Amino acid sequence: MSHQGVSAMTSPGTPAALGPAPAAGRGEDPVLEIRGLCVDYGFGDDAVHAVADCDLTLGRGRVLGLAGESGSGKSTLAMAAIRLLRSPGVITGGEVLFHSRRTPAGEPATALDLLAAGEKELRAVRWSEIAIVLQSALNALNPVSTIGAQFDELLATHRPELGRAARRDRAGDLLELVGMTADRLRSYPHEMSGGMRQRSMIAMALALDPQVMILDEPTTALDVVTQREILEELMGLRDRLGFAALFITHDLSLLVEFADDIAVMYAGRLMERAPAASLFRAPRLPYTHGLLHCFPPMHGERYRMEGIPGSPPDLRDLPPGCAFHPRCQWAMPQCGQDVPRLEPLAGSPREVACWLHRGNAIAPPELTLPDPVVTRPRIAPVIDTSAGRAV
Amino acid sequence: MNTLAVVPNIGTETPVLEGRGLTKSFWVKRSSGLLARRSRLHAVDDVSVQLMAGAVTAVVGESGSGKTTVARLLARIVKPDAGAVLLDGQPVAAARSRSFAAQVQMVFQDPFASLNPVHRVRHHLSRPLQIHHTSDGDVDGAVIQLLHRVALDPPANFADKFPHELSGGQRQRVAIARALAVRPRVLLADEPVSMLDVSIRLGVLNLLADLRDRERLAILYVTHDIASARYLADTIVVMYAGQLVEAAPSVSLTDSPAHPYTQLLLSAAPDPERLERPILSARGAPPSLLAPPSGCRFHPRCPHVMEICKRMAPPTVTVSTSHAAACWLHVDSANGVVDGVGVTPATSPSPQREAEVQRPP
Repeated sequence: MSHQGVSAMTSPGTPAALGPAPAAGRGEDPVLEIRGLCVDYGFGDDAVHAVADCDLTLGRGRVLGLAGESGSGKSTLAMAAIRLLRSPGVITGGEVLFHSRRTPAGEPATALDLLAAGEKELRAVRWSEIAIVLQSALNALNPVSTIGAQFDELLATHRPELGRAARRDRAGDLLELVGMTADRLRSYPHEMSGGMRQRSMIAMALALDPQVMILDEPTTALDVVTQREILEELMGLRDRLGFAALFITHDLSLLVEFADDIAVMYAGRLMERAPAASLFRAPRLPYTHGLLHCFPPMHGERYRMEGIPGSPPDLRDLPPGCAFHPRCQWAMPQCGQDVPRLEPLAGSPREVACWLHRGNAIAPPELTLPDPVVTRPRIAPVIDTSAGRAV
Repeated sequence: MNTLAVVPNIGTETPVLEGRGLTKSFWVKRSSGLLARRSRLHAVDDVSVQLMAGAVTAVVGESGSGKTTVARLLARIVKPDAGAVLLDGQPVAAARSRSFAAQVQMVFQDPFASLNPVHRVRHHLSRPLQIHHTSDGDVDGAVIQLLHRVALDPPANFADKFPHELSGGQRQRVAIARALAVRPRVLLADEPVSMLDVSIRLGVLNLLADLRDRERLAILYVTHDIASARYLADTIVVMYAGQLVEAAPSVSLTDSPAHPYTQLLLSAAPDPERLERPILSARGAPPSLLAPPSGCRFHPRCPHVMEICKRMAPPTVTVSTSHAAACWLHVDSANGVVDGVGVTPATSPSPQREAEVQRPP
């Protein structure tokens, strides 16, 4: 991830028109649109602004990575967007539009504002249209009933037309979809490895064929080999089933490999959003630039890397202006006064919240690298053992 | 006896701390009640590591591979069933003495759990100074100096803080300062950065590197993150299912891994620089250590598995200078090893291994 590596991979002087395809999102068939979302923990003057004024659009069938450090508000943002936020979290503003592809016959497609929706409308959307995979599968699964019983309950509730045998068959098919065998339906969660528990969580999330999957650190507790197996399977399923995914993780290097677009959060705000390859090869935000230099490379010369000086800020006591400015090597006087908004960058599919890219400011060369020409091809077909197991 | 002691030969210097043939198993209950059946879990099997002054040795492995147990065995927190711990080439007495603790210190994974929340930083640092009499009479001055050594500046500001007032990275620095208080020569760091935010991990790794370079500390760095091991360590040893499978200088190990398991680990690690998505050469999970597979413990997952792998534990083979791997694939290329082990197609399984595998619970 050295500068040498970055510049070697991009050819300077490439016309901007040859850049990557525009990011899905604005005006391009969005499935989930988050606008101006604000979330506080607590009330009144003591409230902590965990998510401040966030705009994020998830395109249909896309994988949007949401990266950030712990406490940056990435999980809070997702939980609030699908109304799963727990007390003392309070949604104080914004709207979240869900554009369903499935509408009752004869009715025009309308967007549902999840933040304004009542319990009944939410119930119709949750799990069947928007499903979630949580980090800790051991806590998310019921420890006292078998996997089969948990599938049965889910399908009996949401698919009442299915009989008992049909439900069991469907559950077996779902497990096979994620690379497990149907006999695992008789297992209790504690009898399975962490990877298998996470796989059954994914199978359950897929049970009702959702249009959106929220993946909240789905592989953080797993070993690298299992992590890659599961992510490969998830992306293969995405290609076949066409769901969109919001993939939340602290591991930016993982997102560069698996996401189409990446949004970076810091101290409750979205700071940069770009196609994955552009964000990795040519970040525009000082924080992203620093974060990318926090992952030691696996190849080449070893050299001392410095990470980002200082620590992430305390949300109860945020610095004025841009929350990153005390740690930013390119901070200007303005950064300590005004909060930059996430705005599109002229001539590219990116959005960035940084004063260095506004007005007359001159961004340092590190933050103005040309966009990469060759973007990573969309997920290659899986040609290994997992293909044999797929339905 | 199989020789799974993968030890890179780093000159002729005596290692500061050395584990030789460390073996440890734990008894675990397999059912509940008075007559519960208990089984032996083979956590660490015949592992040898050498920690040299002024060098970082990384132990890399997945969860359950026994890497933390190795660190605890070296720290004498856990007693080995077999094998020895040597300090400066001398066997260490069975009891964990104060003089041993003054030379070998541990840094734990979770700085939120390893510091007492009701005590200030000053207390955490002054207790070891007082107990081990390492402050030369000036405890306060020594505390300030310790904080300075771990780059908590200005030290006076940090001495009177409680752990909850510090960030994760600062807490881990305090934990490292506490370990340094007794002037140890060996630091055993068990996943010291995995609980920390990504942006501050490098700071703590750089601190360990500075302690190695400035103070010639011998450091054991236990981690599951092979990229950070490559960054920090001089030598990497890879563990799988309680055994060492490969050991080499870190760049040599990551650039040309010799053992199929190391190759699998490297292909699975996130690497954005990679242009093509890797194809995992093996799948599945590590075996249960209650009944480890016969022969090479990796053979059920190995893409290159041969008949011999299922029957006999592989010998340690030197694949290049200071680069050793425990794998049958490399036996042909290494001179003398085949004869030394006496491998012929008709070889029966080693009696020792058989006994170990079939030991009744």
